Amino acid sequence: MGENRPILQMSGIHKRFPGVIALNNVDFRMYPGEVHALMGENGAGKSTLIKVLTGVYAIDGGTVDLDGAPITVGSPLEAQEHGISTVYQEVNLCPNLTVAENIFIGREPRRFGKIQWKELNRRAERLLAERLNLNIDVTRTLDSYSVAIQQLVAIARALNVSAKVLILDEPTSSLDQGEVQELFAVMRKLKEQGLGILFVTHFLDQVYEITDRITVLRNGELVGEFMTKELPRMDLVLHMIGKDLELLADLPASDFGQAGEASGETFLKVTGLGRQGSIEPFDFMIQRGEVVGFAGLLGSGRTEAARLLFGADRADQGQWQAAGGGKVDSPRQAIRRGIAFCSENRKTEGIIEDLTIRENIILAMQAHRGWFKSIPRKRQEAIADEYIETLNINPPNPEQLIKNLSGGNQQKVLLARWLLMEPNLLILDEPTRGIDVGAKAEIQKLVLALAKKGMAVLFISSEMEEVLRVSDRIVVLRDRQIVRQMTGEDIHHHNVMQAIAGEN
Amino acid sequence: MMMRISKHHLFWPLTVLAGLFVFNLLYDPGFFAIRVQGGHLYGSLIDILNYGSPLILVAIGMTLVIATAGIDLSVGSIVAIAGAIACLLISRGEDQHSLALFAVAVAASIGIALVLGLWNGLLVSGIGIQPIVATLILMVTGRGIAQLVTGGQIITVSSDPYSFLGAGWFLMLPFSIFIVGFVFVIAVLMTRKTALGMFIESVGGNPTASRLAGIRSKSVLLAVYAFCAICAGIAGLLLSSNVSSADGNNAGLWYELDAILAVVIGGTSLAGGRFFLAGTVVGALIIQTLTTTIYTIGVPPEITLVVKAIVVFAVCLIQSESFRSTIVHRWKTRRYPAEREVTRGV
Repeated sequence: MGENRPILQMSGIHKRFPGVIALNNVDFRMYPGEVHALMGENGAGKSTLIKVLTGVYAIDGGTVDLDGAPITVGSPLEAQEHGISTVYQEVNLCPNLTVAENIFIGREPRRFGKIQWKELNRRAERLLAERLNLNIDVTRTLDSYSVAIQQLVAIARALNVSAKVLILDEPTSSLDQGEVQELFAVMRKLKEQGLGILFVTHFLDQVYEITDRITVLRNGELVGEFMTKELPRMDLVLHMIGKDLELLADLPASDFGQAGEASGETFLKVTGLGRQGSIEPFDFMIQRGEVVGFAGLLGSGRTEAARLLFGADRADQGQWQAAGGGKVDSPRQAIRRGIAFCSENRKTEGIIEDLTIRENIILAMQAHRGWFKSIPRKRQEAIADEYIETLNINPPNPEQLIKNLSGGNQQKVLLARWLLMEPNLLILDEPTRGIDVGAKAEIQKLVLALAKKGMAVLFISSEMEEVLRVSDRIVVLRDRQIVRQMTGEDIHHHNVMQAIAGEN
Repeated sequence: MMMRISKHHLFWPLTVLAGLFVFNLLYDPGFFAIRVQGGHLYGSLIDILNYGSPLILVAIGMTLVIATAGIDLSVGSIVAIAGAIACLLISRGEDQHSLALFAVAVAASIGIALVLGLWNGLLVSGIGIQPIVATLILMVTGRGIAQLVTGGQIITVSSDPYSFLGAGWFLMLPFSIFIVGFVFVIAVLMTRKTALGMFIESVGGNPTASRLAGIRSKSVLLAVYAFCAICAGIAGLLLSSNVSSADGNNAGLWYELDAILAVVIGGTSLAGGRFFLAGTVVGALIIQTLTTTIYTIGVPPEITLVVKAIVVFAVCLIQSESFRSTIVHRWKTRRYPAEREVTRGV
């Protein structure tokens, strides 16, 4: 810490996309031996800045200096050669290869063209042990290890000898608390080795735990650079969202008001619903105006249960009692019954990249009406404008292709798609994953407002505070089973944790 | 403004087409000339439209299939089958000139084409076979069926109403042009005035998300393959009517490849998603113009395919944005070495 010369200095960076200025005169610097957090809302320009730095995008203006010398980064490969290594949010490794193979793929030690397997394994072991403090069997396949270990392997792969800057893009989003600590231990060790680490995350706690310095971006512009110790949380969030305090996600639950009261009118009830190899048979019911939260770890069966309720997967057993009829076999049928499902996989199961914001919004409504009853263009535009306005979708241009939007805005478009259907039951699977504090609070408020109007909402999230805040009733899942339900006074952080962990 | 024009999806296809026209004009100053003879318009441009009609038809259908991230290899075979059935029915008739017989023959051909299209669609959507494999089945067996229908012979007919389809004139123009225009308008209306176009793009762009949004992707696929087959069937009628005969062996041979090429040149991606019907028409015209050009400038027949291949290759390169920017980049750096740093940064 306190080195006088930055290892990385980006000055006056400009980046334009069709119709959007993604980065406007942004400065960014990083010192060796520090962990530097890059913070900002969706669309603030974080991803763009990283992609510029790693050579995925070319810059339209500005300079990048590494170690005091100007560099140009034309491709991710060049970035690596300069010593800028990146680990992306999703682990980009081959689960069917061994750990050692994953680390050295493409640069295996060879002799006469033949790969030196023993040497390869030895080097992998040494690299993991020395740099990451990780002692594991490198000859086992990657998928035999947890996501956290996989993440560390990805880091090991990114670290070549000359690495000066390591970029970690939301590495913790799929890790549990213990795993996060493991990762932090590694980050501290790398920091000691003089590496500059750029850390992108949405978890404020983690920022304050691990980082030394924070750079905040907003709307593609630099808000400022701060020492973490000297920046109170409130100020950080204010810098990020540049909005009223009322939207803060860190506000106590009481400020959100209690969710709408359950009407006592059952909308959906299932008994013994299950699917082999996916989720054990469970009973579940939800009333109009009720918000039910699904809590549980990743892989606990939260999503699987929700998919059965929507008919995205077909249940192989169980009884249905829905307001509009019996069994739900397909998404189409679910939609006809007034059930809507916002999948956790925005990209693969939500948006249609090639279509515009407008088309993505009206898609479900149009599918419901059929081919021939086309929604008139004027009406489509009115709908799009209305939701862009209410959900604050950015850019506010209905004809923009959705693939050009940031994750949070894509999420809002998907919400708009389902809100337009005015469903009786809205299933939201991780609606706030990977989106920023401001948008999170907006979505949580929206959920409560919808429940007040009589909509039943099933809310799934990995963030326990969020589930606690919005839910009238919490259903805890563990190991593909519903293990506990709690209401009213019973809903408490401690109780939920116990149920998830499986203690009594 | 220039930027906006060059960004339009029709810009490069039209530029290529114009380039081909200019080349022809240099070679033959009378290329654009259109003369009136016996109440009919004659000229190279008319010929291109006329002879290109079957390809345009097939390519229009192919566009929708490709937009769903599929492909239909069987269109050439369907062309042959449709022509064979129409000619067989007419040749068996007592009075080949009878309008009723003509109507029955046309309806039967298109009906069979529809059935074949539904077959393709079922294999793809119902059973879930990959489109390239599913349609390969009919591509191969279809030739056999066509030969079965014609009995291995070339069936010749002499029917006035039938030959009017592909060789007749209407309002001074070849009648086939009107058929193409009609089908094109139907396709545009069907996809852009109803929600079908959006569903096609949605299913092609992201089938999983489409299913979760409640789109009946199976029926979309079924409709698209059926429409493509009908287009191929009509093209088969035009081709066989133009020569008043049906040749199960050679009619529509390799049409699927030209049609796919036309779609791609027109700007629709083989990966599915956004599609451009007008682009496809221009793409088909480019291919037809190229074929005509090769004949008129007298390229020796043994190397015509090579010449065609080279031109097509060049067209594909010109259309590729990354290729163009590489060229521009090289050109700039070679001419102004001092600017190297600047352009690399941009």
